[in-house]
Amino acid sequence: MKAGVISFPGSNCDRDLRVAFDAFGMKVVALWHKETCLPEGIDIIALPGGFSYGDYLRCGAIAAHSPICREVKKFADRGGYVLGVCNGFQILCEMGLLPGGLLCNAGIKFLGKSVMLRVGEARSVFTAHYTAGDLIEIPIAHHDGNYFAAANELESLEGESRIAFRYAQNPNGSARDIAGIVSTNRRILGMMPHPERAIDPLLGSKDGGYLFHGLAQGFTQSA
Amino acid sequence: MVLKARVSILPKKDILDPQGQAISGALKNMGFAMIENVRQGKIIEITLSTDDRDLAEKDIEIMCRQLLVNQVIESYEIAFLE
Repeated sequence: MKAGVISFPGSNCDRDLRVAFDAFGMKVVALWHKETCLPEGIDIIALPGGFSYGDYLRCGAIAAHSPICREVKKFADRGGYVLGVCNGFQILCEMGLLPGGLLCNAGIKFLGKSVMLRVGEARSVFTAHYTAGDLIEIPIAHHDGNYFAAANELESLEGESRIAFRYAQNPNGSARDIAGIVSTNRRILGMMPHPERAIDPLLGSKDGGYLFHGLAQGFTQSA
Repeated sequence: MVLKARVSILPKKDILDPQGQAISGALKNMGFAMIENVRQGKIIEITLSTDDRDLAEKDIEIMCRQLLVNQVIESYEIAFLE
């Protein structure tokens, strides 16, 4: 399985994401935001955390218009897998690949700490190695992680079981305690917490590893 | 000839605006008891080298919808400065 991790100006969790994919046996390539075509054989594109374009205008707003994002949209439209973590989730919402948006944390403070998430009902290759209801420990590091979507969108997310992770104790005001969601085809996951920062006991938790394990296994099986 | 447009962007009315609330709290603490509500937004001023006002309006609208404004969470107004 081959992952492409995009770096935008200001991305700072790109390396950690590449390390995570590699740790679970996947081939990784680093992609630059200005590239206008994707390399051959990419199975999943990942958009990392950070402060792309300094969060200018809105978090992820300018990155969403990068040349490479045109290719990401085409890739997603033909069924490609996409993972957006933190700023990556913000970019996916700005691109319209996921519904809703991320507002300023309700408490206004930047939150940098480990939180407990409850795995949601969403069945997907990302959550294949979790069981719905599992409590997992994953760090968050964000100022604008307050998930918002229109009432009808929230109903669709619930009704279609597309909520992948919820906060066990909502730290930022997110609607329905949403920490991560999947697209209607379940091939695009956006989440504010950082699973790539929880892949080894040395980091405090290995609960994030199951997400990458699920990806590695899922693609081996379908190959 | 140039035309100057001012785009005012505010969070939508039904959206939580914690920055607006923080400002409201600070103003009330300063003694401004009449404060009912505060919302914080942003202004973007765009200067265009044209004197075709209709074209300018159309272009600014497109800029708002495609980049300047996230219509999921924000509302906006465009004004042309004389």
